[in-house]
Amino acid sequence: MKETVGATGLILNEPLLWEKGKKGRCGYSLPRQDVESFPLDNELTGEGPDFPDLSEVDVVRHYTRLSQWNFGVDTGMYPLGSCTMKYSPKTNEKQAGLSGFAGAHPLLPSNLSQGTLRMMYELEQYLAEITGMDAVTLQPAAGAHGELTGMMIIHAYHKNRGAQRSKILVPDTAHGTNPATATLCGYSSVQIKSNENGILSVESVADLMDEDTAGIMLTNPNTLGLFEENIREISEIVHSKGGIVYCDGANLNAVMGIVKMGKIGVDVMHLNLHKTFSTPHGGGGPGSGPVCVKKHLEQFLPVPRIVEEKGNYAFSDNYLESIGKVQAFHGNIGVIIKAYSYIVSMGPKDLKMASRLAVLNANYIKESLKDALDLAYDRPCMHECVFSDEKQRDDHVTTFDMAKRLMDYGFHPPTVYFPLVVHGAIMVEPTETESKEDIDKFIEAFKAIADEAKESPDLLHNAPDKSKVRRLDEVSAARKPCLAG
Amino acid sequence: MRYLPHTSEDIKSMLQVVGAESIDDLFSTIPDDCISKDDLQLPDALTEWELDSHMSALSGAMAVSPDYRVFMGAGSYEHYIPASVFFLLGRSEFVTSYTPYQPEVSQGTLQAIYEYQTLAARLLGMEVATASHYDGATALAESLLMAVRISKKRKVAVSSLIHPLYRKVVRTYFEPTGYQVLELPYLENGLTDLAGLDEVDDLAAVAVQSPNFFGCIENLKEAGEKIHNKDALSITCFTEALSYGLLKNPGSQGADIVCGEGQSLGIPRSFGGPALGMLAGRKKYMRSLPGRLVGQTKDLDGKRGFVLTLATREQHIRREKATSNICTNNSLCALSAAIYMASVGGTGIKKLAELNHDKAEYLKQELKKAGFKISFESPTFNEFVVEFPAGFDSVYDRLLEKKIVAGLPLAEYYPELTGHYLLCTTETMSKNDMDVLVREVKL
Repeated sequence: MKETVGATGLILNEPLLWEKGKKGRCGYSLPRQDVESFPLDNELTGEGPDFPDLSEVDVVRHYTRLSQWNFGVDTGMYPLGSCTMKYSPKTNEKQAGLSGFAGAHPLLPSNLSQGTLRMMYELEQYLAEITGMDAVTLQPAAGAHGELTGMMIIHAYHKNRGAQRSKILVPDTAHGTNPATATLCGYSSVQIKSNENGILSVESVADLMDEDTAGIMLTNPNTLGLFEENIREISEIVHSKGGIVYCDGANLNAVMGIVKMGKIGVDVMHLNLHKTFSTPHGGGGPGSGPVCVKKHLEQFLPVPRIVEEKGNYAFSDNYLESIGKVQAFHGNIGVIIKAYSYIVSMGPKDLKMASRLAVLNANYIKESLKDALDLAYDRPCMHECVFSDEKQRDDHVTTFDMAKRLMDYGFHPPTVYFPLVVHGAIMVEPTETESKEDIDKFIEAFKAIADEAKESPDLLHNAPDKSKVRRLDEVSAARKPCLAG
Repeated sequence: MRYLPHTSEDIKSMLQVVGAESIDDLFSTIPDDCISKDDLQLPDALTEWELDSHMSALSGAMAVSPDYRVFMGAGSYEHYIPASVFFLLGRSEFVTSYTPYQPEVSQGTLQAIYEYQTLAARLLGMEVATASHYDGATALAESLLMAVRISKKRKVAVSSLIHPLYRKVVRTYFEPTGYQVLELPYLENGLTDLAGLDEVDDLAAVAVQSPNFFGCIENLKEAGEKIHNKDALSITCFTEALSYGLLKNPGSQGADIVCGEGQSLGIPRSFGGPALGMLAGRKKYMRSLPGRLVGQTKDLDGKRGFVLTLATREQHIRREKATSNICTNNSLCALSAAIYMASVGGTGIKKLAELNHDKAEYLKQELKKAGFKISFESPTFNEFVVEFPAGFDSVYDRLLEKKIVAGLPLAEYYPELTGHYLLCTTETMSKNDMDVLVREVKL
């Protein structure tokens, strides 16, 4: 390679907050004291927290320097599989910051909050249309929270029928959240093995599904980036035993406008607005995890629901079978506004085009890299493809080493060691917002790394060497935790 | 579309590499009866400029300051946020990164969250704080579940002066578990009545909020002692994090777990979310904590660095045995709080909290002078309950027309408190705003 994107810049050092500053400084404009002082009883008051005192300049330089040690989608390609790190449009940030949205109190009377209520109501309608489901709640704060809400709805459904069940089916390709969520609802997870093609077979579901099983939690497309082709038959089996089909919608970005989950047997699904609908991931949140259900589960959705009458919008708590509330107020509205802005900016045609290009990009990477890296399942993929370090094993180079080396080439590594069914997995999801040129550079980098693995493996073992810090000692971090300074 | 970079030439050459005739071919593994035949029924795409007018029209249909004076708190507080906080928060290296799984290229997020954990622990007087949760209500639910895991007992008790919506969330979380949630009544002075605890057995934890939903400052030390006598964990909950700039922190009063809402620390109200769930505990419970934790370590050259740690508690490793199903934190909200706490500083936060207390106290005194009854006598922070005379509903509505929201009517949450209103002020209310309110409610 002639020149890579990765290079060292001027990266400044920066101490911890409390290693800076001096007592008596303040980075805040204290409002005027226009009322008399009413001191509280000494019995009630404390010393005040031991925070450092910093000037505004101290604070601004501190966080500006820290930000420069981070890699984001705006820095470069971030092909983290299953996370859909697509570009987050800037206008959406601007809309969420409008004072009418950002300044609103959540318990305002509904006649004083029509703008946000209408936006929420319309987004519910749009998400129902995209998924083919009948009703939506925007309340859950994240994907895992949506999943928990969905599972509570399943629990409430069986309870309401007077026959609670004890198990739930979870494929071996599932996200770790799926079994953890099932446990929170008192269900034990029964693992189903995926078949030699990386998908669920009808027979394996038929063997395990019974009348003590609450349903199935599947991800479609699954975490191998493969469409669950047997979903209709699987749904029929689950339904025939009185179970519910839950779909983890983490991978909806592959099929917008192409497949409607509600039309092919899914009863309840959660979406990740921070994946499919472009809201930024924020270093790990806040996200938003709306839950979409079919008619027979609507009565269990969290309250309050938004109702519309003659163009007026209001909250209603009047749903006796509702599971209740999963968040204090109405959901992550600041995030929801961005997803709404994304959908109305894209429109129906470009949403579908986004999925088509996401799938094209993934297949292009799959074909371009399958000589350099072992491809776990050599079949047409959806929005992501899964390789492994099989071909590098003789050179004693692991997925971990290659991931670290990619940083030196200027890329964020893909998701690694997941899904668990592929040993040493490398899961690449480029998303539709990456251009052919940037993807070509990524492919070229990965090929160069595969060559390095043969010729000079130590380059990989010692990578990264251009980042702010080198490999970190995670073992002693966990053995002797230091969680506060 | 400006977010989609592909030219038709790109598409053509990529398809050639893939060995497909058309993009449709790439979807050939999807059975035909799964493919949607109709176009999506969604409105046509808006240009960036059409979006601007559409969204400003929606945003304009909201009642917010400075147009409106909203004397409403109840878990969502208006505080000034320095421009520098928004500016720094807009750094897209923070905004467009994901959970810091690859620490070498995520040191910015990791150090910032480590610093947040430290400041949060110091504010609450605890040893360990998590990297944050969804909101105060879910942090409370997770804390109670954590106490059940630690103690292996099956009942928890929560004060009825914990935010009513938080208690609803707790009930939702507990419903599928089979564990029991009891509610403790309140006394005439506006504090939690713990007397009933004596008759309860198998008690994992008791949660008390301070300042409580009525704004009253609970006696956490005494409550903690009673709770510990029952061999249960003492959980302190809060909705107004700023109050601990002035009040004794929960850790110093014997709390085992502290949880609540950090929205006051530099996060706009945004109709209730995103928010900042704060959760902190004693060191001995560290491995039972739900959610993400960032720890300090060293790199190969011995340089200080930070990583996500104690992942063996978490869902992606432990799967069904995890301490929670949470995969992320509310990282950007934790970052806002950290920048805010750093900006206000140790000296500043105490002054700011005092000012908040003074303002609310002023309004309380003025209402008293005007002949209204303050419902509960205990000392309060930022919020208090006032009883307005019968027929006040129409005054309330008249004030809405004058762009004043005269607090939160409590009847919906506490039927016995019909005619009582929860009023809130912060540093953002001027003396004049409060004088206008007093004058208007008198009329």
